[in-house]
Amino acid sequence: MMMREYKDKQNVQAKSYYNDRYWVAPRVPTFEPSSDENFNSDLESLKEKFTVNEAYIQLGHLVLYINPEDNRQVLQYLYEELGYGRLMELSAMDWLAKSGEFEVFYEMLNIDKAKRIRVKCFIKEDQAIESVQDIFRLANFAEREMYDMLGVKVNNHPFMKRILMPDDWHGHPLRKTYPLQGDEAASWYEVDKIFGKEARDIIGPEIRDSAAIDRYDTERFARLGYEVKFGEEFSTEKTEQPYQEEEGVFLVKKLHKDDTKTITDRDR
Amino acid sequence: MQYTNRLEPFFENLEFERDDNHMIINFGPQHPSSHGQLRLIMELDGEQVVKATPDIGYLHRGMEKMGENMIYNEFLPTTDRMDYIASSSNNYAFALSVERLLDVEVPRRAQVIRTIMLELNRIASHLFWLATHALDVGAMSVFLYAFREREYILDLIEDYCGARLTHSAIRIGGVPLDIPDGWMNDLDKFLKKLPSDIADYEALLDQNRIWKMRLEDVGIVSQEMARTWGTSGIMLRGSGINYDIRKEEPYELYSELDFDIPVSHTNDSYGRYKLYMEEMRQSIRIMEQLIPMYDDTDRAIMADAPQYISAPKEQIMTQNYSLMQHFVLVTQGMRPPVGEAYVPTESPKGELAFYLNSQGDPYPYRMKIRAPSFFHTGILQDLLPGYYIADVVTIIGTTNIVFGEVDR
Repeated sequence: MMMREYKDKQNVQAKSYYNDRYWVAPRVPTFEPSSDENFNSDLESLKEKFTVNEAYIQLGHLVLYINPEDNRQVLQYLYEELGYGRLMELSAMDWLAKSGEFEVFYEMLNIDKAKRIRVKCFIKEDQAIESVQDIFRLANFAEREMYDMLGVKVNNHPFMKRILMPDDWHGHPLRKTYPLQGDEAASWYEVDKIFGKEARDIIGPEIRDSAAIDRYDTERFARLGYEVKFGEEFSTEKTEQPYQEEEGVFLVKKLHKDDTKTITDRDR
Repeated sequence: MQYTNRLEPFFENLEFERDDNHMIINFGPQHPSSHGQLRLIMELDGEQVVKATPDIGYLHRGMEKMGENMIYNEFLPTTDRMDYIASSSNNYAFALSVERLLDVEVPRRAQVIRTIMLELNRIASHLFWLATHALDVGAMSVFLYAFREREYILDLIEDYCGARLTHSAIRIGGVPLDIPDGWMNDLDKFLKKLPSDIADYEALLDQNRIWKMRLEDVGIVSQEMARTWGTSGIMLRGSGINYDIRKEEPYELYSELDFDIPVSHTNDSYGRYKLYMEEMRQSIRIMEQLIPMYDDTDRAIMADAPQYISAPKEQIMTQNYSLMQHFVLVTQGMRPPVGEAYVPTESPKGELAFYLNSQGDPYPYRMKIRAPSFFHTGILQDLLPGYYIADVVTIIGTTNIVFGEVDR
């Protein structure tokens, strides 16, 4: 008997509809930190002071895993002692379903040596991380965004408010559990609010398909199917455009609709 | 004793604080000089800004969420809508990140075309910046001239890929189209014309009293402020720091090209204006070197990596296996190897990078867009206090923020 594969039912993200059971994903190659002189000395000096759980080089970045309690001290040390004076980006990843954790990453840049380090740490869902916005003011915005999008709690931030979503928003959009579409009530929200429930029948629900085109709606959209030549009057006569390419396509024959043959004789 | 009836004055959008003379006003979100939907809550002491709080999110479309729910090729046209002044640079930053994950080699002809597109976009963006910034500061005619030249660039891009604003002209693994006949001549003609136009703008502005009064010593970004806010692009080089990703962490053909990085040591808006002018000249220089490079290249414009990238059309139409692979790549999407990529690129606005975390699925597990404008909006908190309200427009203009990119 075959076991069913475990699927995280809370994860509502788009998923591939077909997966080969025996396919093993290749990995982007990682290298030992000792393969790069600069990174190696930085790492050695960092290791003397702090715990480094894991370190490797991937695509030119040194990736470090540290303890989340050390984040301020490590970043400060990288800046003051090792010359990584710029924090370029900071955000988190949602691993809640897998391990109940967020993975926070900090992208550091040393502009004298043009070297980049990615400092990472794992925190539990309810665990707060210390703000670094007084060392790198950029974190003032980035941490707000991280909170807004993922709900990562940040301690000692002077203005911890949502930044992209409205203040009264519920939920954190970049979590894997966040629904991709609103529910039934949401699709009527604007109609109810502006025109009242009576108008539901007249207006109809919100169109969720962003690619939906009503080809007969000649008022708002291009007159699809009723195109006329440039400058001519609009007509209600249907235009038909057979597939055509100027010199024809290799191996593809042009279809002449009036000149077709129905094969009745199956054995032929 | 009788007190006179002191009525509380009421003004829409204004709030007077009782104890001091401070006034809180809202700048935007519908202000023409905010270059998009920026709401700036400012506390004023007289006409001096005491505190500024940028409020953003009016153009938030959840691009990162969209990116995590689309296959890689499907998401590419969405990147156009970030920095819509220079869409190819967004396409490129995304494509480059995925290419690094896939470890594919882009054919040389595609590299030449991409680099030309990037530089054309840089000039278009700088011209747009000059036009709108000059308009904000009160120089109307520069706006008209700069938009005229920008139109030539849009025409060139339209001739190449059919689109003027949302190009999607750079794809994962190369470019979709080869350069049409005669296009290089048109480009060459334009490049011959542009330097005199830049000289015209400078003749109008460089020694213009009003321009200088409004820009000089306004919006001073010190080296420390540039560091702590992680500024990039001209906001960084305007603070006397010589760091251009094209030179320091070269990508595409930039390591083979000969160009200078202009740096300004005045730290003010005027210095940054000079940098924009000089960068356009350098872009012209880069493209002049690229035009002859094109002739020495082979016909291939898409990387040869059948596992990830569809074969050319002729091959798909003639070979069964290529058609099958194409079908799988279109319906299921490519599956990059497990790993992370953060590839910085020098977009016209600054350091633009896509952090991609791939778990070997057709959808990225996490996509974080590092948009330069986002942090250049944040810097307004520290930059504006101390300046007068008339300088606010200059300072917002000089940061060159685009809200498609700030709010994503």
